[in-house]
Amino acid sequence: MNITVNGDELEVRSPGLTSLLRVLRDELDVVGPKAGCEAGGCGACTVLVDGAPRRSCLTAVAAIDGAEVTTVEGLGAADDLSPVQQAFVHYYAAQCGFCTPGMVVAATHYLDSGGSDDRKEIQEALRGHVCRCTGYVKIIEAVAAARGGNFDLTTTAEGGYTTVMTGDAK
Amino acid sequence: MAEATEVLTPDSPEAAAAAFGEGGDVTIIGGGTIMVPLVTHGVVQPNKALILADAGLEGVDQSGTTVTIGAMTSVSALSELDAPLGPCAANLGDSEVRDQATVGGNLCAVAPPEHPTGDLQGAFVALGASVRSTGAGGERIEPVADFLADRDNRLVLDVTYEQPQAGAFESLDRPHTHHPTPLAVSGARLADGSIQLAATGAAPTAVRLPSAEAEASDPDAAGTAALGDVRLVDDAVSSAWYRERILPVLVRRVLEQLG
Ligand SMILES: Cc1cc2nc3c(=O)[nH]c(=O)nc-3n(C[C@H](O)[C@H](O)[C@H](O)COP(=O)(O)OP(=O)(O)OC[C@H]3O[C@@H](n4cnc5c(N)ncnc54)[C@H](O)[C@@H]3O)c2cc1C
Repeated sequence: MNITVNGDELEVRSPGLTSLLRVLRDELDVVGPKAGCEAGGCGACTVLVDGAPRRSCLTAVAAIDGAEVTTVEGLGAADDLSPVQQAFVHYYAAQCGFCTPGMVVAATHYLDSGGSDDRKEIQEALRGHVCRCTGYVKIIEAVAAARGGNFDLTTTAEGGYTTVMTGDAK
Repeated sequence: MAEATEVLTPDSPEAAAAAFGEGGDVTIIGGGTIMVPLVTHGVVQPNKALILADAGLEGVDQSGTTVTIGAMTSVSALSELDAPLGPCAANLGDSEVRDQATVGGNLCAVAPPEHPTGDLQGAFVALGASVRSTGAGGERIEPVADFLADRDNRLVLDVTYEQPQAGAFESLDRPHTHHPTPLAVSGARLADGSIQLAATGAAPTAVRLPSAEAEASDPDAAGTAALGDVRLVDDAVSSAWYRERILPVLVRRVLEQLG
């Protein structure tokens, strides 16, 4: 089996029923998607599969042989954050950060498919994503702001930009 | 997970039916939203898995007043359909789960004994839908209620119903998306004018509410009568006590909408 992850075509050797989440984290060492509940209930493992957000823990890898997978790593780099990532930094939308990869992926898809800055619609789009720090207000503010682009990174405390993004905690 | 699991990915409905054969030793993966976590956590250890993703079993076909829905159709593909099915589908889980969850998986959703699951079942029962499945003895077409009572070792192919004159769906909200809706009532005024009602969350699978149907002209009386048709349980999302108080309300609201 093969999948393309953030532009790289990779061979998959795990058994076909392995969840995409475990393939990404354990076989391919792509650890942005987080293993939260591993039962579909938290959204921390959401990635894009052929452009659509999917819980990687619910997806058997053999069901998506040949697909294009984009994880949070594929949306921006530490020195080149996407608008949603910048907005998350600016609005302090990450607290412990565990839910952030799933939130960012889902929010990016929401905005790329024409989602508005309406708080209720953002809430609906992120409904499957749980933040156990309960930082929802800031997350929703960040997504709304990313729509409008109405924030300015230069007003973020110096260094804040990188403190959020460094480290490759597994 | 067992390395030894044989994984089959048929690429047509015929190939899927052939790969399934008489069932028995085959674990079907539809969208996988229930089954993949069970495999990950070792609760289910399949010898042979049948992944239906490429089997060509998806699609909603409306010809005249007949609606046919393939087993691999996603729940989100139903959300624009008329009540009760459309609003019932739109109420399931969240948008990512709805995109991945399938109709076949919902009809065959398993949960520990006594715990209700499978929201779409109620809408299909109210619509008087029939299920086409294959397995031992070949193909079977039967009312969805019969299928639910005897669904082991079947591969669902599609579900068919006649467009009703009117439909309605009412449910309790979920506290969190990870559970089937605690209680919901679907209703339909069928093409012949008769009214059918069904509840989910009131028994392990969806149930018809014949006593309520018999009182359909008096929504309040029907609500009370519905309690005679169900077996309410306590679970993490709702107590039986609460369900007992809410079921009559949902039945009344559905009947008022059917007019
Ligand atoms: C976060 C979350 C929220 C959820 N919310 C809801 C909800 O609100 N309401 C609700 O009803 N459910 C809910 N579910 C459960 C589940 O997503 C749905 O019931 C879904 O429709 C199951 O379909 P599936 O294709 O993913 O099932 P799968 O996991 O693929 O399969 C489920 C069962 O059906 C069998 N099966 C699958 N396809 C077929 C077929 N064609 N023929 C025969 N057997 C088959 C499998 O072998 C398995 O036993 C939720 C799940 C999650 C993770």
